[in-house]
Amino acid sequence: MALSLPVTVLDMPSIPPIDQPPPSPAATFVTGWRAAWTSVFSLVLIGTYVGIGALAHDYGFSLRWALLSTLLVWAGPAQVILLSTLGAGATPLEAALAVGLSGVRLLPMVVSLLALIKRPDTRARDLILPAHLTAVSMWVESLRLLPTLPRAQRLAFANGLGIGFLVAAHGGTLAGFYLAASLPALLTAGLLFLTPVSFLVSAVRNSKLMVDRLALALGLVVGPLLAYRGVGLDLMWTGIIGGSCAYGVHRLRRALR
Amino acid sequence: MSSLPGLAPYLVLIAAGFLPNEIWRMLGIVAAHGLDEGSELVVWVRAVATALLAGVVAKIILFPPGGLADVPLAIRLSAMAGGFAAYLLMRRSVLAGVLAGEAVLILGAFWFAG
Repeated sequence: MALSLPVTVLDMPSIPPIDQPPPSPAATFVTGWRAAWTSVFSLVLIGTYVGIGALAHDYGFSLRWALLSTLLVWAGPAQVILLSTLGAGATPLEAALAVGLSGVRLLPMVVSLLALIKRPDTRARDLILPAHLTAVSMWVESLRLLPTLPRAQRLAFANGLGIGFLVAAHGGTLAGFYLAASLPALLTAGLLFLTPVSFLVSAVRNSKLMVDRLALALGLVVGPLLAYRGVGLDLMWTGIIGGSCAYGVHRLRRALR
Repeated sequence: MSSLPGLAPYLVLIAAGFLPNEIWRMLGIVAAHGLDEGSELVVWVRAVATALLAGVVAKIILFPPGGLADVPLAIRLSAMAGGFAAYLLMRRSVLAGVLAGEAVLILGAFWFAG
């Protein structure tokens, strides 16, 4: 480990001193796994997925189906959309369209995450797992934690982090499925509210640069405008318009300086 | 498919849940080819991702799923504001923000219903 990064270690998993040999991928994976369980998102995910497990139960899906959807889809809003469209009697095609529209956000998330992880010699097939594990929780925590790690360790750390979160979500799905009948309506509403409130607060925390803060604020304004006007692909346009305007202001400010 | 009734829900899960979602992740791998964290394009992509995330948040609050729709809009919005305020006041703690938002939502909905 030749490079010593000027890292600031704030509530971070311990980073070994420079003179020791670099930790093995397995050890770094475990460090990432531990970071998942000390993150507030492990709690948020358990709660969110208790809600999703209960929803799956109420709509008559099997436990195995619910767990498999957490493993394969691995995106809270998409799973809620899938359950509620299919549960309400929509055709698989309608459900697929609604899920596909909600999944657009994963594309820029995966790109910005992989830009942090990739090295010139990284094989494409090694990127499939971190790409699949990319969800808001994992993305937010990776963008916060990965820059403090040497690049060689980031892939294993991200995999450990994502799998830790995935396991937490499976525990939640399982618990929610069995608790469904005994969950009061108010608690179900509270569990569904975990997604927006945790997404917003953690996105604010991660937005240290002006360009990100502006993008966040613009998304909150543009999103509802497009949705109320019934614009097709409203989420995709929210991202492109909000993100590009924020980026334009960022370039303009730099040019004027 | 009628000969395999037990498999049908799983085929629907893959066709309607897994594939339309996963395609974006795999396209992300393709799009990330040759990009580095320092590049200007990544700054723009991160801004797009952040705006999209904000759009998802706004959409869930304005068009809520399931039981959340029974809580009035004013309470949903107040709970988001309360969570944000608590996050800022409690030394930028995400946990404090989430807990405060939940508290406003549940107490507000309870008070409204009662």
